[in-house]
Amino acid sequence: MIHFVLHDANDSVAVVVVEGVTAGTAMTGWVMDDDRLIRLQAQQDIPIGHKVALADMALGDTVLKYGVDIGRVVAPIKAGEHAHVHNIKTKRW
Amino acid sequence: MPVVGPDSSFLGYRRENGRVGVRNHVVILPLDDLSNAAAEAVAHNIKGALALPHPYGRLQFGADLELHFRTLIGAGCNPNVAAVVVIGIEDGWTQQVVDGIATTGKPVVGFGIEGHGDHATILRASRVAREYVQWASEQQRGACPISALWVSTKCGESDTTSGCGANPTVGNAFDKLHALGSTLCFGETTELTGGEQIVAGRCATAQVRERFMAMFDRYQAVIERHKTSDLSDSQPTKGNIAGGLTTIEEKALGNIQKIGKRCTVDGVIDKAEAPTHPGLWFMDSSSAAAEMVTLCAAAGFALHFFPTGQGNVIGNAIVPVIKLCANPRTVRLMAEHIDVDTSGLLQREINLDQAGDRLLECMLRTANGRLTAAEVLGHREFVLTRLFESA
Repeated sequence: MIHFVLHDANDSVAVVVVEGVTAGTAMTGWVMDDDRLIRLQAQQDIPIGHKVALADMALGDTVLKYGVDIGRVVAPIKAGEHAHVHNIKTKRW
Repeated sequence: MPVVGPDSSFLGYRRENGRVGVRNHVVILPLDDLSNAAAEAVAHNIKGALALPHPYGRLQFGADLELHFRTLIGAGCNPNVAAVVVIGIEDGWTQQVVDGIATTGKPVVGFGIEGHGDHATILRASRVAREYVQWASEQQRGACPISALWVSTKCGESDTTSGCGANPTVGNAFDKLHALGSTLCFGETTELTGGEQIVAGRCATAQVRERFMAMFDRYQAVIERHKTSDLSDSQPTKGNIAGGLTTIEEKALGNIQKIGKRCTVDGVIDKAEAPTHPGLWFMDSSSAAAEMVTLCAAAGFALHFFPTGQGNVIGNAIVPVIKLCANPRTVRLMAEHIDVDTSGLLQREINLDQAGDRLLECMLRTANGRLTAAEVLGHREFVLTRLFESA
């Protein structure tokens, strides 16, 4: 089963694509652009469609998805944690 | 064996001006809010006629009025429409819409209510509508080349699965249709924010790129002028955020997947403007779903691809809207709204090429006459875009 997908190997976040991911779930991820599988343990419950952090990130870090800047870190994030509006914000507007 | 190739065809209605439609509507078109009652009464009297009620058309001026006329005339000109009865409160503007639609050569007539009242107007309009419906019912579908099918796209209630699954599926289908000389369209100016340079990089010429960036910058200026804090409450929407999308940049990058990997952006059009040659067109447009699809209908597009993540239920009055989704939960919970399930893509069960082919198969069946989920469920959204306040 694929638990999460990412587009680019350098992305710092990935999308959970199944229901029922909870803290401790051993996940398999699919790097779509390389057609390669990676593994990661979830540190928090993450709903389907929401993002999991692939690496530890500090305040002000740039978040990469599709290999592109999608915003900045506004609260520290650890690998395997839920990455969303509580810790990432747009650089626009 | 590819689903579509240079020799592919579909069964469409060839109109007087050469354009090809996939539906055969007789439209009762109100010029303004006041004429909705008469238009709906005619459509009630005459089975097979379709009223397009809307809330505007009085005391608009300047560019806003021009867009109003362009949208109504464009909807009447759409090749999915066989004939049109226009009803307006007075004769002048009513005739202006009739004259615009008449350039296509299709049957069209207008009625003004002032001096007659609703009863007499409904009677006169119903007589013509009856003739039009019977005439339209004898129009036959014929084989038309795939390049004659104009297809637009816009996504809605997007979530992260849109950018990973449903939108790239549209992109794959667009890449294949673009190579065959189709006329295609995307838009959603605000929702390109963060990915505008990627779109600019795909523009076929420097001239197209310049026009695209001018439209993008103009919209950003509108946002700067009207915003209260930032757009984070509207873009991404609450539904987007519930679905896992965090920032406008992330949403935009998912959005842009709809223009595929190989398509060039070959032209830029204003709202409800008709493209002048084949290729992929960017339309400066709102990202509100029903507004954008209505603008595409007014620009002459006959079929629409609508990828969704959380489950937008949109349809359109005159254009079949094919909805596709890659979120397995949405596909399960909202099955009656989804025409093409691409959730297998996110489990590596099918590849992007196969997902694109599934959408193209559905496109051909829909073009040939199969009703979409939105059509069967009675979704007839017809929503006019306003630019500024009335006089």
